[in-house]
Formats: sequence, structure tokens, C-alpha cells
Amino acid sequence: MRFFGVQDLGVRFGGVVAVDNVSFEVQRGEVYTIIGPNGAGKTTIFNLVGLIYPASTGRIVFQDRDLNGLAPHRVAELGIARTFQNIELFEHATVLQNLLIGRHRHRRTALWQELAFSGAVKRAERAQREAVEKVIDFLDLQHYRDSMVAGLPYGVRKVIELGRALATEPKLLLLDEPSSGLNPEETNDMAYWIEDIQKGLGITVLMVEHDMSLVQRVSDRVLALNEGRAIAQGTPAEVQSHPAVIEAYLGAKAPA
Amino acid sequence: MRFLFKTDYDQDLRLFKHGGQGFWYGLLFVVLLAAPWWASEYMMTQLHFIGIYSIVGLGLMLLVGFTGQISLGHAAFLAVGAYTEALLAAAGWPFWLSLPCAALLSAAVGIVVGLPALRLKGIYLAIATLAFGVIAEEIAARWESLTGGNSGLHVKPIQLFGATLDGDADFYYLVLALTALCCIALANLLRSPTGRAFVAIRDSEISAACMGVNLARYKTLSFALSAALTGVGGALYAHKVSFISPEQFTLLVSIELVTLVILGGVGSLHGAVFGAAFIIVLPQLIAIVKDYLPAAVAGAAGLQSTVFGLVLIGFIIFEPMGLYGRWLKIRTWFELFPFYRKGMFRRQKTYMKSERLR
Repeated sequence: MRFFGVQDLGVRFGGVVAVDNVSFEVQRGEVYTIIGPNGAGKTTIFNLVGLIYPASTGRIVFQDRDLNGLAPHRVAELGIARTFQNIELFEHATVLQNLLIGRHRHRRTALWQELAFSGAVKRAERAQREAVEKVIDFLDLQHYRDSMVAGLPYGVRKVIELGRALATEPKLLLLDEPSSGLNPEETNDMAYWIEDIQKGLGITVLMVEHDMSLVQRVSDRVLALNEGRAIAQGTPAEVQSHPAVIEAYLGAKAPA
Repeated sequence: MRFLFKTDYDQDLRLFKHGGQGFWYGLLFVVLLAAPWWASEYMMTQLHFIGIYSIVGLGLMLLVGFTGQISLGHAAFLAVGAYTEALLAAAGWPFWLSLPCAALLSAAVGIVVGLPALRLKGIYLAIATLAFGVIAEEIAARWESLTGGNSGLHVKPIQLFGATLDGDADFYYLVLALTALCCIALANLLRSPTGRAFVAIRDSEISAACMGVNLARYKTLSFALSAALTGVGGALYAHKVSFISPEQFTLLVSIELVTLVILGGVGSLHGAVFGAAFIIVLPQLIAIVKDYLPAAVAGAAGLQSTVFGLVLIGFIIFEPMGLYGRWLKIRTWFELFPFYRKGMFRRQKTYMKSERLR
């Protein structure tokens, strides 16, 4: 069974080809990283996978299921969760509520039960809370449980967003630049968590990242993009020393 | 000062977070139950209207304050509820049957109006709902065979379980029961997955969708519930004033309802009730003050609208959290005395949000 893969994925916005015929496969249980200079199309691939906008060409397959044409919320229901590069939390809600919204795909109660807050709703809420508390323990968020997100520092929000994605109990986790805006210490924590997510929780991770030390540390395989095209794929070391990658980041050597 | 030590998940699930809250709400309820004994006839009428407007306010609060969708056409749902109730009562239907019908029909209209909301945002949604409100008012005026047109419609008193309910106290208890029921039902909804999904849509549609919230379904649901509550309010309103005509459901009423929500405090159920009380009491205050004003000002047309407008602007500038926000501050001042700080409720600046996903 194919776990996750995209085939000949492409999207154009007017005359701009943002992603051009990109294909890759993610194996169950690995950490797969997409790197590339600014504007290479990394986040666009994430948005295509999340069906935020439709792909112009190609297929996205998750567990032998074609995702094309589904509504965005169906992606989450199938078990794909994501974080955002610039943090999209529910600002005017507490951390606990944010994480509970992550449990949305596990809800089992009907509207009329909720209006009466019946015993079934109460039991379900208790179960959701227990699941959320596990995430809180995992990410050391105990201290912030009842704080409003709007007042929290950037580093903490980044972790909350990771927690919200984990609360959905995903099979595949998409992380859009998990270390952007974090200091070295927080980046270090993030690396530990990604390792724990992969090895401890058994969740496959697809990640976009710029910080090469983090990429080297946690990734099993890396895909390098430039101007919407895949230019190299392999282990972190292989990709980093690939001439096309060096050229994309640093420019080509002037002809002698 | 009160410290809440949490030792059980159920503590966060309860409606009343501590015994004190239960006590005060209980006391309030008892005082309200005894209203026919302490309130004058005039005050009873005011209480009727506050109850009715609270129900309508709760409906609009759910939509504006919790789902983040604006509506400038809510008077139309009020009209749907009022006319449905008036016509069914005239046909001899009992109240326990006609009220759900009024609510359901309003909800159905709400779903139809909610459909554009799936594609429109912010000011554009406001324009669409405003247009709907104007159309509904026009229909009420032109469909004379059904609504009686501009000459209006008389509403028969409430028929409930074979008896005619026309006493002030009886009607008061009916309104009080329905208001309490709506408050509790909405409070329940908001601590359940559906309520959280609404809040998620309000704060970030894109991440709500990525968490598995079906945007189309929940936005439509929010419109339907909001319209249903407004319809219930409209039905009660029809019985209260016993005569309805299109002039009672104009654009100004819709704006008054939005004002109610903003003055009360966007994003709190208390706000809907506070706002309702304020909207009902303010015209009375204006009427009292009028006697002391120079004739040129007191007699000027649109004095009330001007005052409403000024109050609204004042609240938006000085107290964006509305009456409920003010109440929270006062309560916190007492709870923390003498440690209250001025900046405690200052709104934090939001960090950069991605623009391209909007």
C-alpha cells in the first residue's frame, strides 16, 4: 500500500508556475523534509496537499486514496494534520480550547445532545480532555492550559500549534517551517519533539524547513526544490552536497 | 480573593465554575421569578421586551460574536417569526405548536440566507444580508393577501393548553422560561464540539478547515440556529405588541440589533442580555432627559438615533468589550482588590498572520 505520495503535481497562478511536475513518495514512519530557497514552492505544495487550493495537474494519494476533489476538512478526517508557517491559532480562545478543537474529527455527539449537554456529551468531553492532556504532557504545556492564545509569546504559540495538530491524532503530520522564529534553544526542543513524534508516537512527518542543522538531525530523506521543480532527493548529506542544490542556493560558478 | 484549584476535569465542564456563581445566578432567578410582585405594570412591560430582545440578541450573538459572521438583515428573521406566529395563531394553532413552526421556518430562511455566507466575507456579507433584509421588508409590505400589507395584522393572544394566556404575569413567565432555556441551551452548545467549531471559524477559517471543521456545514448551522432564535423572539414580539406591520421590521431594527450585540459585548452570552436591557432602557432614559433639554434639541427628529449612534461609537472607542467587558473589569477590581492593574484587559497586538491564505 502506498502511504503518501504526489505524482506530477503542478499548479499555476495565471502565468506563474508555482509548482511544476513534482513527484515524491513518503514512506510510513519516516521524516521527509522539503527544502529550497524562498519562493521555491514548498508551502504551496503543503497547501495543495491540504486542498486549500486545487492542483492544476497531478495526483495526491494518501493510503491508496486519491485526495483530489475532496473538501479541505476531509483531509483532516482522513488523518493528515498540519501547522502553518505564520501560526494560525484561534486567538480568542484558551490553549485548552485550541487543543480541543484539534479533537474535532473525533466528535461523536449530535446537535440536540449538545444543546442539552447530555450524559453522552459529558462522557465524550471527558474523553477528549484526557486525550488533550496527553498532548499537554508531551509538549510541557501545563503552565499555559488556561491562558488566552492572544497573549502568549511566539515560541509558545508555535508549540501550541504543534500540539493542536497532534491532538487530531494524525497519521501524517505536515510541519511548515517548525523552527522559523524560534531561538536555538527552542529549535533544539523542536528537534527532540520531532524525533519523539516519529519514534515514540509513530507518526510520519512531512516537513518544510530552512534550518539545515535541524534538517540534518531529524530527516530521513530530503527533497530539494527550486523554482517549483524538484532538483535533488536523497539523504540529507547527499542533497546538501548535490551540485544543483548548491547552485540553487549560492549561484553557479562563473565560467572561467 | 478566590483561588480555584482544579483537581478534576469535570470542573471545567460545569456551567457554574464555583458555588458562588451558582448562588448568584440562583438569586437572580428568584428575584426575576418574583417580578410580578415587585414590578409595576410599566416595569413588567419593560421586562417583557428585555426578555424578547435577549432571545433575539442571543441569536445574533451566536452568529456575530461566536461564528464571526455579520448580519445586517436580522429584522427579516424577526419578521418571519412574527408573521408565522400571527398567521398560525389566527388559524387557531396552539402556541406550543406554532412557536416551533415559527422557529423552524425562520431557520429554513436562515439557511437560504446563509448560503451566500459560504462565499462572502466581512463587508460583502453585510451588504448581502442587508439586501436580504430590505427584500424581506418589501415582501411583507407587498404580499397583502398573506401579511395584510402596510395596514398590518392583528395578532390573537396566545392559546396554550386550551387556555388563553393574556395576563401580564403569565406572559412574563413564558418569556422568562424561554429566555432561560435559550441561555442554557446556548451555553451548553458553546462548551460542546459544535460551539468550539463556531469559535474556530471565527478566529481562523483556514485552520478550522485543517482541523476537520466542515466550514459550509457549520456556517449554515450557525445561520440556522441564529435565525431560529430570532424567529422565537419575533413570535413573542408579535404577541406582545399584538399588531405587526412591515414598519416594525425595517433596516433600522436590524442595525439596532447589531448595536445590541456590540454594546453588550461581542463574544459573550451575558453581553446579549446586557445589550438587550440597555437597548430597552436607553429610549426611556432619553425620554426622561428630554424634558430638561431645550425645545430645539428635544423636539429634533432623530434625537434617539443620534444618541444611539454616539453611544455605539463611544463603546467601540472606549470599551470594545462592551457592557460585559466593563462588568468583568469591575468584578476583577473587587476580586483582586487592591491589586488591580490598569493594563490587565489591554488587548494584545496580534502577531503577523499569513495574508495569502485569506
